[in-house]
Amino acid sequence: MTRLPSGGRIDRGRTVECEVDGVPLRGHPGDTLASALLAAGRLEVAPSVYLGRPRGVLTADPGEPNALVQVLDDPEPMVPATEVELRDGLAALSLSGVGRADPGGAARCEKRYRHADVVVIGAGPAGIAAALAAGRSGARVYLVERHRELGGALLDGDERIDGVPGAKWVARAACELAARPETRVLTRATVTGHYDHGYLLVAEHSAPEQRPPWQRLWHLRARRVVLATGARERPVAFPGNDRPGVLLAGAVRRYLRRFAVLPGERAVVGTTGDSAYATALDLVAAGASVPLLVDARPEPPAALLARARDAGVPVRTGAAVIGTSGERWVSAARVSALDDRGRPVGPVDVPECDLVAVGGGWNPAVELSRDPLVWDAEIAAFAPDGDAAVGAARGSFGLRDCLAQGFAAGAAAAAATGFPVVAPPIPPVDADPAPARVRPLWMIQGDEESSFVDLQRDVTVADVRRAVDAGLRSPEHVKRYTTLGTGSDQGATSNVLGLGVLATLLGIEPGDLGTTASRPPVRPMRFELLAGRDRGALHDPVRTTPMHDWHVRAGAVFEDVGQWKRARHYLRPGEDMAAAVLRECTAARTGVAMMDATTLGKIDVIGPDAGEFLNRVYTNGFAKLTVGKARYGMMCTADGMVFDDGVTMRLAPEHYLMSTTTGNAAAVLDRLEEWLQTEWPQLSVHCTSVTEQWATIAVAGPDSRTVLARVAPELDVSAAGFGFMEFRDAVLRNGIPARISRISFSGELAFEINVASWYGQAAWDAVFADGADLGITPYGTEAMHVLRAEKGFVIVGQDTDGTVTPLDLGMDWVVSKRKSFIGDRSFARPDTARSDRKQLVGLLPVDRDALLPEGAQLVEPDATRTPPVPMLGHVTSSYRSAALGRTFALALVRDGRRRVGEVLHAPIGGADLAAEVTDPVFYDPEGARRDGHQPR
Amino acid sequence: MLLIPCPWCGNRDEVEFRYGGQAQVPYPVDPTSLDDAAWADYLFVRDNHCGSYAERWVHADGCRRWFDVVRDTATNEFAP
Ligand SMILES: [Zn+2]
Repeated sequence: MTRLPSGGRIDRGRTVECEVDGVPLRGHPGDTLASALLAAGRLEVAPSVYLGRPRGVLTADPGEPNALVQVLDDPEPMVPATEVELRDGLAALSLSGVGRADPGGAARCEKRYRHADVVVIGAGPAGIAAALAAGRSGARVYLVERHRELGGALLDGDERIDGVPGAKWVARAACELAARPETRVLTRATVTGHYDHGYLLVAEHSAPEQRPPWQRLWHLRARRVVLATGARERPVAFPGNDRPGVLLAGAVRRYLRRFAVLPGERAVVGTTGDSAYATALDLVAAGASVPLLVDARPEPPAALLARARDAGVPVRTGAAVIGTSGERWVSAARVSALDDRGRPVGPVDVPECDLVAVGGGWNPAVELSRDPLVWDAEIAAFAPDGDAAVGAARGSFGLRDCLAQGFAAGAAAAAATGFPVVAPPIPPVDADPAPARVRPLWMIQGDEESSFVDLQRDVTVADVRRAVDAGLRSPEHVKRYTTLGTGSDQGATSNVLGLGVLATLLGIEPGDLGTTASRPPVRPMRFELLAGRDRGALHDPVRTTPMHDWHVRAGAVFEDVGQWKRARHYLRPGEDMAAAVLRECTAARTGVAMMDATTLGKIDVIGPDAGEFLNRVYTNGFAKLTVGKARYGMMCTADGMVFDDGVTMRLAPEHYLMSTTTGNAAAVLDRLEEWLQTEWPQLSVHCTSVTEQWATIAVAGPDSRTVLARVAPELDVSAAGFGFMEFRDAVLRNGIPARISRISFSGELAFEINVASWYGQAAWDAVFADGADLGITPYGTEAMHVLRAEKGFVIVGQDTDGTVTPLDLGMDWVVSKRKSFIGDRSFARPDTARSDRKQLVGLLPVDRDALLPEGAQLVEPDATRTPPVPMLGHVTSSYRSAALGRTFALALVRDGRRRVGEVLHAPIGGADLAAEVTDPVFYDPEGARRDGHQPR
Repeated sequence: MLLIPCPWCGNRDEVEFRYGGQAQVPYPVDPTSLDDAAWADYLFVRDNHCGSYAERWVHADGCRRWFDVVRDTATNEFAP
């Protein structure tokens, strides 16, 4: 047993039972998986990922590179055992650097969005001081701490503040913060990113006993950020520095103090600065023996030497741990003097031990800093150059400095947000003075293949040397060449060490190298947390029409068009999609069919200048459109490419109702408003989306007039009385007011009935009932696509792709030459005006049953098949046609109109499909079917 | 995520906005009078430099107004 009989911040009154790798493990509330494993004497974790070397716990913080586990009811792959709080029933597997993502998340994930005046990141002494000072101003303050309790390093030491032990001072501060209405303290909360303008992402999770567990993603917008993120200890790269039993000195102290765990009985302590002396003294106080403390500095502070001597700890100065030995675990350290260049000289001592506590120096935790980083020779690390960071995060390790900087920064941050406050006086502090200068020590000469820089990635000094030998100098390049710092620990223990090793190999100072950039998220972040509740049905709004439930009952198979659910086709028993689409098309061509066209975008364009505005927006004219009539229009972007199309009605002299494609409705409205606001503010026009206000039923087919005559008995639906591209206001037989237009997207006689959306179902029911004896057939978007393609009508976004002009589509008739409109100048650009652009053509496969895949490339029959293959174009639409009794397609083909009659090939999976180029209008080219026949 | 000053609504999160590219590139009064190079310049060529940049945004999920701001493209700070 290595659990100490007393001490620690654990709840000894309760025992927690869990399991690691199938072996029962006991601990106490307050333990982490790592501390419980060490307490149980389980020093070894899973072997390393590439080299399979035995490994043990190295750290006591989230940067742990070795002790990675998979918690069995947790979807997150690979979490550090140092971060997993113990709870009853916890089961985990140790991992060799490769986890397993489990899609079945048990946690409830939610998001919060908050504004704050001051956010303090990190609740060690500096952060607590900053939060206290800022909070006293009345400003809205968030203090964010990743551990379960506040205090940071104060919980691991003997310091006294204001006459009380550090932990008690922390408890008092926590009470004060909790009592402030505008201050909020988050624990178990990790800031994963610090973005522009004070935007912070904070991942918070529930206490271990919470079932089911929850997580929260805080989106905090801070007017001022105070970084009190502390510092992380780094190892030294010496041969065998990865052997289980080698721990960071600060981690050893944390296990002793916070968890009452003694990680070894006999410890050699190696350090480059002051801090590891406290580890040695604590080890002795806990009953362990420390046969040797090795300090790389020739002349450490005399006071430290005296305290070590008083505790009976022999100190060797100007020396270092240069290696370890042992079967698997450490059984001895190798210690040697260093010359003035840090190289081992003289005889090697081999003190026996079961623990090597190494302190290579402390790196400020700067990954959330937005200030430039500068090399600080005093601490041999990079520190932020600015006043946003305080305490150890700035490289100030003395407790008095931490408090002073925290108070000052907290008060200044509050004042900067409009809450002036005087920084509190610094209370009396009883603590070690700020540490003396460290002696940078990065690597020890020796076996470089076993001198590890990045333990999670198994990167050694030899790997860094290979990068240098390959000519690499930049830390960014070396990182990518070696994978150093690319593990899930993001180089917490290895980045600065890697820089030091690289500098040593290059014979320069690390400060001359610069550092690699930290990018958020600086800690691994769960996708389920990012998604929160925006998943499944809540991922994106689903828009349905008023007749949606009817479609469901009628066997509709839906497709997504933007956020809309549209019926694609209606399956009858025994049918597949192809059969259903052929049946629906046949009905529209030979009888009558109906479709829910509600999803088309609809925009009211109102104002005295509405006609002039539409004239500028559409390629064709609208100012002279007669009230009561409708017109098809096309709009282009300024570069002359097709943007959208649709039919617009003139309801009144100053009121047009524009329709847009379903998927483009919002973009069209955006565009109209943009031009009105930014280019033509003098035009008096207002645009309003009315898509949701109207339900639209298209009734198509030669029998559609019969159905309309029944549905709207008062309406003259004769060809003479109701012309093509006209609309009428009418009342349906069931009393519903409607606007009925005669427009067709199929070439057949067709009507569109628009009613207020709450009447949509009733109007649909009336049409369906009135057409029942004629076999009225609901049809979906697939049949609609086939019908329009048979007529050569394009679908913007399917037959166009932002590189296609109206002229490419053969739609010269829609491009006015008598007025100016957006994009007109572009038709005279040399590239747009050339005659051999890709043009819309029809394709008839030589094999009448062969269906060309949409997107298939088209080539000359004798074109080379060795890349680069000269491509002529591609298939944009391709269907089986009931009316034609064969397959057909639309395509964009280079110089296509001149190629009519040629045969082109579509190479598909090693074979060629041959197709003849045709005019794009396949069905009823003379337009004889548009007016249908008189009602039966 | 940027905090963008809408002149009508005040500071709002970037997610509420859409970007409109460089400001002060008006649609030519008479496009037909431009030669091909000048028209191509209007269509396709925009400044792209490090430092102060006048650009357009629209508060799409707010007041839906277009406006110009000056942003430092290196620091993302908006000029007052
Ligand atoms: Zn606004």
